Amino acid sequence: MLLVPIVGAFAVLQLPDGLSVQLTLMSITLEPLRVDQLSRLFGILFHIGAFIGIVFSLHSKDRGQHVAALLYAGSALGAVFAGDLLTLFLFWEMLALTSVFLIFARRTERAYGAGIRYLVIQVISGVLLLAGALMIYHQSGSLSFGHIGLNGAASVLIFIAFGIKCAFPLLHNWLTDAYPEATPTGTVFLSAFTTKVAVYALARSFAGTEILVYIGATMTCFPIFYAVIENDLRRVLAYSMINQIGFMVVGIGLGTALAMNGAIAHAFNDVIFKGLLMMSMGAVLHMTGRMNGSDLGGLYKSMPITTTLCIVGAASISAFPLFSGFVSKSMVMVAVLEEGHPVVWLMLLFASAGVFHHAGIKIPFFAFFAHDSGIRTTEPPLNMLVAMGIAAILCVSIGVYPWVLYDLLPFEMEYSPFDGSHIIAQIQLLVFSAAAFAWLKVANIYPPELHSTNLDIEWLYRRLAPKWIRSIVETMKPAHESVSRVRQKAGKGMMRWILNHYGPEGTLARAWPTGSMVLWVAVLLGASLILYYA
Amino acid sequence: MTERQHIFDHKKNINRVLRALIALCVVSFAVDFVYHRHVVHPFEALWGFYAIYGFFACVILVLLAKKMRKWLMRSEDYYDRDD
Repeated sequence: MLLVPIVGAFAVLQLPDGLSVQLTLMSITLEPLRVDQLSRLFGILFHIGAFIGIVFSLHSKDRGQHVAALLYAGSALGAVFAGDLLTLFLFWEMLALTSVFLIFARRTERAYGAGIRYLVIQVISGVLLLAGALMIYHQSGSLSFGHIGLNGAASVLIFIAFGIKCAFPLLHNWLTDAYPEATPTGTVFLSAFTTKVAVYALARSFAGTEILVYIGATMTCFPIFYAVIENDLRRVLAYSMINQIGFMVVGIGLGTALAMNGAIAHAFNDVIFKGLLMMSMGAVLHMTGRMNGSDLGGLYKSMPITTTLCIVGAASISAFPLFSGFVSKSMVMVAVLEEGHPVVWLMLLFASAGVFHHAGIKIPFFAFFAHDSGIRTTEPPLNMLVAMGIAAILCVSIGVYPWVLYDLLPFEMEYSPFDGSHIIAQIQLLVFSAAAFAWLKVANIYPPELHSTNLDIEWLYRRLAPKWIRSIVETMKPAHESVSRVRQKAGKGMMRWILNHYGPEGTLARAWPTGSMVLWVAVLLGASLILYYA
Repeated sequence: MTERQHIFDHKKNINRVLRALIALCVVSFAVDFVYHRHVVHPFEALWGFYAIYGFFACVILVLLAKKMRKWLMRSEDYYDRDD
């Protein structure tokens, strides 16, 4: 099972640039395989993610999960190497179908519900994609998956389809609903593929679309508020994902070489450090059976290695200098300033401080430090530690020597993240954000972790819509009942009429005595005789 | 058998960490007076811009999040109840 991503990675590295496999199906030209810098980078990324995920789940005997995870990774690869929209659609839906089993595998009530909701929303995204693709084929005669841009109804449909999978604001709730309900190992896979395929798709089709800048800025800001008040630590990470994807979306929206490279590099780093954070929380869940900040704490005493690895992930996501987040996030920040979006820049800066706060500090703090919850356990199984270790090593090496990553990036640019101003500015930002946390905690202003649910957009379709439907059904009930009653009465009446006339005692079916039959025949004959001659 | 004491069980160590944090804050703020940062946006030129922005961003974030709880917080089984 471990060999699969390794062999796959070699295959990807062999693929020459510009390779395109075409086939014609019922007079439509399809391009199921298209290789270029962009898809190759994501291809390599997904192999790395799959490998780490597989190492992380080696201990599990749940074969269904392993199959689902591998198919899921495969679908992601198919999607990024797709050259036409139909192939993309095929793998788009495969992504949803395979990943939902990772959610179902948890086998709790909540997981089943969340999985169904997840599936419905993802399939809606696929259907929108198909509709848009067909419209484009009708308009232009080509299904080629390239730059589309926002012009016309078809492109809007595809934009929304990509947006759903990307967790655009208002379309994001499936992520925070479903990911925390999956298995400890499942969420690691989930976090790596679906959203990054969507980011790739946006980068391919909507690069430079200005509205993405504002959508992305919104995406970076609103989740961090939720992240502060959420109790389930993996839900905090899910909101954090939306925040990170926001940075990528902003970069794609700007469209310049630096911005696009920044977005793509950040996607690369995000899979690794988000995977690391999800793995550390997965390890905690696996060993303690708990995931709520209110129920955890003091785990550094029994899981010091996991704690350290989690802190590496936390430092990466916060963009600490010498960790991977710093070398990619700063690209987007610089690009935003260069393209003249000062308000967006301030929002991204706010979000950067925020992400350090909830992912960099809150996650490790409430899981491993804070008050001692009394849980004493051991380090997770070796394979989990190894997987986390690999991710951590990658985070640090990319952070220290980013040019390995930079060389893979598709667009030409000259950029060095290690100039004094940037490093100092970032350190100031981070250190003072940490100080803010410490002050708020010590002064008891910081909100406590509480068992709770926070309402998000899903309230509309989990509470409001069912309520409406139920009340409509209720008001229609008397009408429905009286219609049923009328139906029943009419049915009974008809039966009675039939019985009366055709039943054993009925006029038409009764056994008549022969004498009266002869009489009636004579009357009829006489009548017809008279009528004939009259 | 009393459990072995860990590093943060001692209040002293926690205070040490806090004091180190404060020291870091002072140092990084002070660097602004010594090193001239390359500036793209005029805001960046302010002394300790990033420091102050980071601090207040976090404080505002947490306070607003606390307020949000008043509107958005429900019980844990809110969606599981069928009423």
